[in-house]
Amino acid sequence: MTVFSLIIINKAGGLVFNKMFHDGLNKISTNDHLVLAGTFHGVHAITTRLNPVNNPGPTPSPATGILTRPEPPSGLEVLESENFRLQCFNTQTGTKFLLFTDTTQANVDVTMRRIYELYSDYVMKNPFYQLEMPIRCDMFDRKLSSYIREINNR
Amino acid sequence: MAHLSAGKPGGVAGGKELATGSGLRYPANGKTIYHRPLNRSKTSELSQASFAYLFSEMVSYALSKVTDIQDLEKRLNMQGHPIGLKLLDLLLIRELPRNQLRPLNIISLLVLIKEKVWQHLFGRQADRLEKSSNADTPDEYMIVDNEPLVNAYISVPKEMSQLNCAAYVAGIIEGVCDGGGFPARVTAHTVGGKEEGEMWPGKTVFLVKFQPEVLERGALIGSEKA
Repeated sequence: MTVFSLIIINKAGGLVFNKMFHDGLNKISTNDHLVLAGTFHGVHAITTRLNPVNNPGPTPSPATGILTRPEPPSGLEVLESENFRLQCFNTQTGTKFLLFTDTTQANVDVTMRRIYELYSDYVMKNPFYQLEMPIRCDMFDRKLSSYIREINNR
Repeated sequence: MAHLSAGKPGGVAGGKELATGSGLRYPANGKTIYHRPLNRSKTSELSQASFAYLFSEMVSYALSKVTDIQDLEKRLNMQGHPIGLKLLDLLLIRELPRNQLRPLNIISLLVLIKEKVWQHLFGRQADRLEKSSNADTPDEYMIVDNEPLVNAYISVPKEMSQLNCAAYVAGIIEGVCDGGGFPARVTAHTVGGKEEGEMWPGKTVFLVKFQPEVLERGALIGSEKA
């Protein structure tokens, strides 16, 4: 059970954060990371449009009568290979979190949620962070590393 | 986070707001923060997240107006100062009538800050209170906070390493000292984070430097025992 690495992609498809937590994957160059982020962003956008269901628009919910929208089409969520599993989490604002884990890793959703929490706390509440720019926040790095270490040692 | 809005008339909560001609806003029911009883402190806790966003915007705003770090700290300090001035009155009035005495010497003032002010603002006491061990600076005292609440989510970039956003809290302390008749200069300094794996990387020291006349007066009336 291992979490290998985390990549964060901004809504324009640029790489804003990447961190390796474990040597289970080969290291790739920063340039390759950028290409991976850009490519994934493109593929994700296309898979979102592949969704065959027509969007019926807002419909009143049977219980309350309040207009609700159906969940937007999600696009690519999981990509699996023999040695790793890539889980993608797309936030409401279009920021993507890609988590590379072991294929046997359980509860990736919970891990992802916690990482998103850390991001909203230590990145979004930091006055020195500029939106859409690479993330350089010590506090985020520190909290993230200790959280992932805890999971990897479990 | 308890009641940081106490000193700010802008912090009106609840009720629909009506705009008036002067630009001042009043809630529709006419009850401003000044109509609320001063002693009600039980339900005055605020969400830390909303404070974090507010403080983050305060820092960004200050950041857009200044050219260097000293200016930025001064601005944050000035934003805290009026809160401190009013907080002293508020905290004293909430005491029991026989305890409503303002501190008359440096130590009792600093203890009030460490215990009452910290408890009110951050829900816990400050971690340590120290007197400067340097004989040349008998006018300096230090209040230590291992993990300042205002810095909870802030990572200062490397190129601004001398900056500590707790300058805002330093301003509040300065306000309390000034309001109590002990004029002082208060600055915030980061002392943690020098080495890897430290327990308190955000440890902050608030250096309280009293004006010479405070010590002079203390020596004259014998209220300060060295």
